[in-house]
Amino acid sequence: MASVLRFRKLCYVESAVKCTSVGYESFEIDEKLDEKEEDVLSANHFALEINKKRKQPKRQPKEWRCLDSCCWIIGYLCTTWWLLLFCYHCLPVTLLRVPELPGPGVRLKREGLTALHPVVLVPGIVTGGLELWEGRPCADGLFRKRLWGGGSFTQIFKRPLCLLEHLSLHYETGLDPQGIRVRAVPGLVGADYFAPGYFVWAVLIENLAKIGYEGKNLHMAAYDWRLSFQNTEQIRDHALTRLKSKIELMYISNGYKKVVAVPHSMGVIYFLHFLKWVETPPPMGGGGGPGWCAKHIKAVMNIGPAFLGVPKAVSNLFSAEGKDVSYIRAMAPGVFDSEILGLQTFERVMRMARTWDSIVSLLPKGGEVIWGNMDRSPEEGHVCDFSKKSHSKTSLTTNNINNSDVKRGFLVKDLANYGRIISFGKPASVLHSSKLPTADSKEFSRTSTSENFNNFSCGEAWTEYDEMSRQSIQNVAADKAYTTTTLLDLLRFVAPKMMRRAEAHFSHGIAENLDDPKYNHYKYWSNPLETKLSDAPDMEIYCMYGVGIPTERSYVYKLSPNSRCKSIPYQIDNSVHGEDGSCLKGGVYFADGDESVPVLSAGFMCAKGWRGRTRFNPSGIATYIREYRHKPPTSLMEGRGIESGSHVDIMGNFALIEDIMRVAAGATGDEIGGDQIHSDIIKMSERINLGL
Amino acid sequence: MSSLRRRKPINESSDSKHNEEEEDEDHDDVDADGDDDVNGKNKKTPSKIKKKRGEKPPKQPKWSCMDTCCWFIGCICITWWLLLFLYNAMPASFPQYVTEAITGPLPDPPGVKLKKEGLEAKHPVVFVPGIVTGGLELWEGRECAEGLFRKRLWGGTFGEVYKRPLCWVEHMSLDNETGLDPCGIRVRPVSGLVAADYFAPGYFVWAVLIANLARIGYEDKTMYMAAYDWRLSFQNTEVRDQTLSRIKSNIELLVATNGGRKVVVIPHSMGVLYFLHFMKWVEAPAPMGGGGGPDWCSKHIKAVVNIGGPFLGVPKAIAGLFSAEAKDIAVARALAPGFLDNDIFQFQTLQHVMRMSRTWDSTMSMIPRGGNTIWGGLDWSPEEGNSCAKKGEKKNETQIADQAGSENAVCKAKSANYGRIISFGKDVAEAPSSDIERIDFRGAIKGHSAANTTCRDVWTEYHDMGFAGIKAVAEYKTYTADSLVDLLHFVAPKMMARGTAHFSYGVADNLDDPQYKHYKYWSNPLETRLPNAPDMEIYSLYGVGLPTERAYVYKLSPHAECSIPFKIDTSADDEDTCLRDGVYSVDGDETVPVLSAGFMCAKGWRGKTRFNPSGIRTYIREYNHLPPANLLEGRGTLSGAHVDIMGNFALIEDVIRIAAGASGEELGGDQVYSKIFNWSEKINLRLDEEIPVHSSR
Repeated sequence: MASVLRFRKLCYVESAVKCTSVGYESFEIDEKLDEKEEDVLSANHFALEINKKRKQPKRQPKEWRCLDSCCWIIGYLCTTWWLLLFCYHCLPVTLLRVPELPGPGVRLKREGLTALHPVVLVPGIVTGGLELWEGRPCADGLFRKRLWGGGSFTQIFKRPLCLLEHLSLHYETGLDPQGIRVRAVPGLVGADYFAPGYFVWAVLIENLAKIGYEGKNLHMAAYDWRLSFQNTEQIRDHALTRLKSKIELMYISNGYKKVVAVPHSMGVIYFLHFLKWVETPPPMGGGGGPGWCAKHIKAVMNIGPAFLGVPKAVSNLFSAEGKDVSYIRAMAPGVFDSEILGLQTFERVMRMARTWDSIVSLLPKGGEVIWGNMDRSPEEGHVCDFSKKSHSKTSLTTNNINNSDVKRGFLVKDLANYGRIISFGKPASVLHSSKLPTADSKEFSRTSTSENFNNFSCGEAWTEYDEMSRQSIQNVAADKAYTTTTLLDLLRFVAPKMMRRAEAHFSHGIAENLDDPKYNHYKYWSNPLETKLSDAPDMEIYCMYGVGIPTERSYVYKLSPNSRCKSIPYQIDNSVHGEDGSCLKGGVYFADGDESVPVLSAGFMCAKGWRGRTRFNPSGIATYIREYRHKPPTSLMEGRGIESGSHVDIMGNFALIEDIMRVAAGATGDEIGGDQIHSDIIKMSERINLGL
Repeated sequence: MSSLRRRKPINESSDSKHNEEEEDEDHDDVDADGDDDVNGKNKKTPSKIKKKRGEKPPKQPKWSCMDTCCWFIGCICITWWLLLFLYNAMPASFPQYVTEAITGPLPDPPGVKLKKEGLEAKHPVVFVPGIVTGGLELWEGRECAEGLFRKRLWGGTFGEVYKRPLCWVEHMSLDNETGLDPCGIRVRPVSGLVAADYFAPGYFVWAVLIANLARIGYEDKTMYMAAYDWRLSFQNTEVRDQTLSRIKSNIELLVATNGGRKVVVIPHSMGVLYFLHFMKWVEAPAPMGGGGGPDWCSKHIKAVVNIGGPFLGVPKAIAGLFSAEAKDIAVARALAPGFLDNDIFQFQTLQHVMRMSRTWDSTMSMIPRGGNTIWGGLDWSPEEGNSCAKKGEKKNETQIADQAGSENAVCKAKSANYGRIISFGKDVAEAPSSDIERIDFRGAIKGHSAANTTCRDVWTEYHDMGFAGIKAVAEYKTYTADSLVDLLHFVAPKMMARGTAHFSYGVADNLDDPQYKHYKYWSNPLETRLPNAPDMEIYSLYGVGLPTERAYVYKLSPHAECSIPFKIDTSADDEDTCLRDGVYSVDGDETVPVLSAGFMCAKGWRGKTRFNPSGIRTYIREYNHLPPANLLEGRGTLSGAHVDIMGNFALIEDVIRIAAGASGEELGGDQVYSKIFNWSEKINLRLDEEIPVHSSR
């Protein structure tokens, strides 16, 4: 008996490796014969039984193997899951619903507000959906499917390179590459959700619908956000003409009620461009005549406006990274640019992003006058105690107050030189300007470019960095610190083709004399410092943005350690940290803002540049600043928060939604309470010395 | 096995009691296995021993049913995931390879083919979807529809229909008096190309056409889907949503942004009537019209390419309004009697459907127009002598032409009276008109029905009629197109009162009569003139070769209370006269008979007539229906059915050619398979402008 058992066990061990059930059973027969416990069974019976067993092996418990256990477990899980799912679906819908806070729409409806002015929504960069109309063979089956935004980004994981190829534009022209047509998704679906569950405009739309808005008086001005603004009209999509026609139609079909425009992020400068375009005579403009804006537009309610650009765009163009990316890179070095996987994520992303003209439109505008020079900046003396303390501040203890007081005293000493938007090494960002080598644009000469060895060994050049020699790359870093003005020279040096292409469409300066006929050119239209607002004294301009979140303002860079082919030679030096409480963290200096746009860029035009009758605002259009202090969501139920102030989440901020709805229902800026300011924007603006 | 054991400790303990003796043996075994333990496998030993015991016959049912089920489901799940994974990992062009391997190389889709020929996008294209195919979404609703904001109620997956049917019916219904939104509910058409590209997932409507147009360079800026709320009457879409104004503005924009090239309009099904309405509206002065001026159409429209257009209405609409059923439903009802109107489950599906669809004004736009002049009287009809041999025996027919000819003769001998659109009883439908005794229903008194109170809240106007009224309707025996309108007035006075404010079904005597300036005549081709646009072209594209409902045999419903009192008599069959399941069918595209789709282009508008004073050229393009050759083809590339024709390659090619600039002659002029010209000849409709003196007013 024992021997039999041992024998069996051996077999079992073997069978775990590779033992057919046939062999297994044959041993069993032996065993049974030995035991003679059972009723005496004839050989025939045994044979029958074996046959039976072979035919229905699943019935026999002894056949229970690993695979069966797996099957069992999965089956068990599936069944339970289905059961739960079934129960969930059987429940009445109302039972499981999260008791939602009644949005402002419901409340305002009770107050008796109804839809009055048609509303035009203008989405910003990145949030708008893009779909494929014609593509290469690798994009087979994606016709009219979303490549970007809206639905799922599953295609990115399935065929990432194909997607990158299709989302890129032509490097020379900034338009479609041959054989590829990617177009903006029209209609409200174009930008209501960026990804499933991640709302952009959806909350606002839903609340507007509560007081009676619907397709006929609510329009999403979707456009291809990759293109330069004039290109969305002239050569390709006629997006501006369509917007004009749509506004005119809504104006007429809603009983001659003027339109309230609600642009967001980059949409703000797109709409600024539109306002100039529509009054300019054709062929360059829309030929609406000088009174068009006054006749058709009641108010422009800019959400998170990037009027004067965002520093984020600098780091994006310079090294394809932002705050978040550089953190990840610090945490897991080499994941993104792992050579083994051949990923080179950054390089590919940069290659794509640099074909998009629109990013250039977000470079800081106004140069040193606005953004500060080597030694001074309008945000000077900004206290960076927001980083961690914003939660505990509410539950304040004396201890906390003492702490922050100490920090305050300390911080005044350790000032951030925000004006130096890019500095190489921490010393360059801290030292006084006299100790730094001056950045002189004339130094930048690409004579050395020709002696480029990398190019041959690396094959096809991906980014323009590949065309630069090692020497000139180091020269750039040797110049230590760059202000907004010299930054443009820097970009022109490192990416001449891109800047040549984009600067035909955008300008980043300040106009000396706005009557100069050169300012009739469309490239100045999206720069508020180089255009006049249209003659529409009854119009209102709102700047609505969140404050209280650290926002990227300037960067500390270093040379990238790996000098591999096709790599980006610079990266943010995320090892640089200021002392506790400093605005410097992970190589990034932070200022107040909404996480993307600093207060300065969002608020300055409404606070000073356009306030009253200035040369930028000759007809004295009324401007209002509405700031919303960021409060993180108190509980998980709230999702992304109803009092958020961050750049995109603010679209779900109830206070902001209420303001928009009141204006859309006919209120004026004074009726909703005029200015509402939490930040130092007025003080900052005063420090800016701009002739008005 | 061991895991099984662990999950069943109770079982195990009971086992051990029974087998105390054996346990001793087991202990010995453990000792004996000592040498194995040295090898570090001692942990397996006890379970192995238990396993051995499990094999013994008395402990056989270890493997319980539950486990087997779980195992089975697990297997299926794993296989399914594996397949899903393979499917997802599969290159997108794989199915095509398979298809080509089986059936040989597929023909290029027309878009690819024509691109090779060098065609390019030229004229902007406007799509006008038909009834039912356009998506509707919720903008404001009752409490029961919470969470459905901007979700599709109609089109898409229809998931909500099953989850909360009554709520759905409530939201899809319109106000019974005004034909507009009920209070507190706003359901609006989806806008953009997504509105009608797919009706349900995988069931294309416009998608194939759009994809093929995109091949030659069309994109969003050159295509426009004129989505509208198809439940409303045409003029109400303007009153409520300003849809007509939006279409006008969009067409103007398309023309302006495409270098002044006129648009090609492609309406489908009811969209044909809608666009007819639009063309009149846009040239009529504001406030009733769009104020575009008398030459708007000639300035902006190159061609109107009507697909499956029910110019003169469809008989299906009658059955739908009269008893909320059509051929399909009637058959379903015959197969499973009592299921749809099961009292136990309180379904009353048909009543709910009828109640809902009767609030939709648009269904009344499809009632046959032109009365007896077009659709035939008691004893004649234009389709007289139609051969029914086609049905189901198409292949035979091509093979043995002689036999088909002889069958034809038989058919002629005993022809269906298509003119009698509704008859009560088969004998009535077949009898000579002189034999039918008819009692006029029009004066009949409607008794007050007590059923009204007992029938819960389900509401159709039948409940106001009472038994006397229902009887009177049946006594009239048979109805032609003229008396049908009166019949509907009788059975559903409120609905028809609403409907006749928006639609008209007659034939105009004198088109100069100022009454025809009213918008209710605009969608009736027999009561309006086409716009003054001599360069415009009108096409009528439709499928032929499918049996299409033309006339019905009705009976009184056995349980008259709380339900619809009439139903199609599915027992009425007659091989010779195309009567099947109570429905007489003729040639058509399964929904629209050839007569309705083709007559205006074949005769009513051909040349300079009084309906077409500027002599707009008309073309008929018929497409013979061929069922898909195999399953891989899906709904077929040669189909002629009402909706599937949108995927017909020949039709798509024609449309693309027109959009790329071809004229009707370049396309090949008329392409006719049916007897539409013969039938049109039989219709006695005055087409010249001169008005006989006696008939004016």
